[in-house]
Amino acid sequence: MMLLDNLISMLPELNKAFFETIYMVGISILVAIIVGLPTGILLFVTDKGLFLENQTFKNIAGFIVNMIRSVPFIILLIALLPLANLIAGTTIGPTAASVSLSVAAIPFFARIVEQSFREIDKGVIEAAVATGATPWMIIKDVLIPEAKPGIVQGVTITIISLVAYSAMAGIVGGGGVGDLAIRFGYYRYDNTIMVTTVIILICLVQLIQFGGDRIARVVDKR
Amino acid sequence: MMIEVKNLVKIYETKKGTVTGVDHVSLKVEKGEIYGIVGYSGAGKSSLIRCLNLLEKPTSGEIHIDGVELTSLSKTELRKARLKIGMIFQHFHLVSAKTVSENIAFALKAAGLPKAKIHDRVTELLDMVGLSDKKDVYPAQLSGGQKQRVGIARALANNPSVLLCDEATSALDPSTTKSILSLLKKINSELGITIVLITHEMEVVKTICDRMAVMQDGKIIEEGNVYEVFANPKQQLTRDFVNSILQFELPERLLEERQGKLIKIYFQGEIAEQGVISDVFQTFKVRGNILHGKIEYIQDIPLGIFIMEVTGEQVEIDRAIAYIAARTKNLEVIDDAA
Ligand SMILES: Nc1ncnc2c1ncn2[C@@H]1O[C@H](COP(=O)(O)OP(=O)(O)OP(=O)(O)O)[C@@H](O)[C@H]1O
Ligand SMILES: [Mg+2]
Repeated sequence: MMLLDNLISMLPELNKAFFETIYMVGISILVAIIVGLPTGILLFVTDKGLFLENQTFKNIAGFIVNMIRSVPFIILLIALLPLANLIAGTTIGPTAASVSLSVAAIPFFARIVEQSFREIDKGVIEAAVATGATPWMIIKDVLIPEAKPGIVQGVTITIISLVAYSAMAGIVGGGGVGDLAIRFGYYRYDNTIMVTTVIILICLVQLIQFGGDRIARVVDKR
Repeated sequence: MMIEVKNLVKIYETKKGTVTGVDHVSLKVEKGEIYGIVGYSGAGKSSLIRCLNLLEKPTSGEIHIDGVELTSLSKTELRKARLKIGMIFQHFHLVSAKTVSENIAFALKAAGLPKAKIHDRVTELLDMVGLSDKKDVYPAQLSGGQKQRVGIARALANNPSVLLCDEATSALDPSTTKSILSLLKKINSELGITIVLITHEMEVVKTICDRMAVMQDGKIIEEGNVYEVFANPKQQLTRDFVNSILQFELPERLLEERQGKLIKIYFQGEIAEQGVISDVFQTFKVRGNILHGKIEYIQDIPLGIFIMEVTGEQVEIDRAIAYIAARTKNLEVIDDAA
């Protein structure tokens, strides 16, 4: 009975944390798609032998992407606080945390996009070049449709990583389910809350994976 | 002149050094012609045909298509030129995420055709390649032959002056190959589109080409009218290719049991239709026994090969052989029993 009472008294807090997680992950995945998709496309089409081949661009962009990816998230989170302040006007709360999460998600997603383009049959791209289509048309009507299943899977993986990373946002007072788990479960030894939050996170991740797989299968025409 | 290639060289830079794909090739293709290029694997056929629309950038040389020199064009100009050069591939290369109609519509969009016109043109093209009932199907649900038809429709979308075929039938079974070849022939004769095709199958060249070239080590080693090349191959490689169609083995037993002279006679053109053989039997005191024979029709002209055993008096045999040699272009004494 004690356990249940405890849980019920925590419901408003849990509810708030759940939506904070959704909020952070939502903003970050949006930014990751808006910036990471074009970046991934550019990384691919500027590669050797492709229709917008540009070694200089490819090398510089590749270097930046690798650099961000090699910084541990915890460090990125703190290092980007000034940027968060600039964009969100504050260094605490879910909005501020979303800035760091977005910056981390962009190169992660961009590489996944690049990889899914790499799996397209080179001949299909060549056939499109041979028709006399513009680079933009080839990207829009050939590359993206062909890579769609891979991109959808990439979005799924990125969202799941963001859910995990968002737990660390607690360090800058970011909030969210993971933060709750750390605050109550770890610092206050409240096992009920910790187990509950972990179950919520497990269900969330399963749901995202399930949804992602379903969509990927629907868009796959091969 | 629809296509003129001058001194084309294509050298690939690889980690292990340079590889010559095309070695100083020059060729001309007349408007409305079907031009076939044969050669074994690695001869440079794909390299050559891919240079014709600059999918592969030539190391040096000139490529004139319909009066336009391609290697000196800007990117935008090259895209425009490519609208008029269709290409089909061995493995079709269709966009798997798009339906048959969408695949064809892509080429029309590339040409900037207004939406309203795209639909009508797609319908027209589907009708031409005989796939009207498959317009909303994805490529994965099509057979190889059907996929190639979609490839052909896409290549012809913008009324090109030239169609390039890179081993277009090599992934297809013999009967599907036949139907695709006759579609290509139809396109050539009805629309007047010049076709360049590469293949390693002489059968393809025999069936639809007007002129042909034989490639080896990046060079064109023999070229000419298909019938001429089949009838009088000059290079050993060409002979091998021609033999792949015309050759046949004589059973060992026949060679052992023969009594007279074994001769091989090549008949060409109208001679094949004239009764050279029956004339021989009426004129000379010899007996003949045809052991093997074959007539191929190339461009509707017969090309025949017969192996015959001639028996009788030696003098008569010699006279008969001299007579046949004079009437036909090519006679070979395979084996002399005497
Ligand atoms: N992209 C490339 N990079 C390096 N070498 C290449 C490349 N493409 C072709 N080659 C080389 O150029 C030569 C000619 O190849 P090509 O593909 O044109 O021959 P092919 O006649 O089409 O042969 P196949 O019948 O096997 O298709 C070969 O030695 C090949 O290894
Ligand atoms: Mg080839």
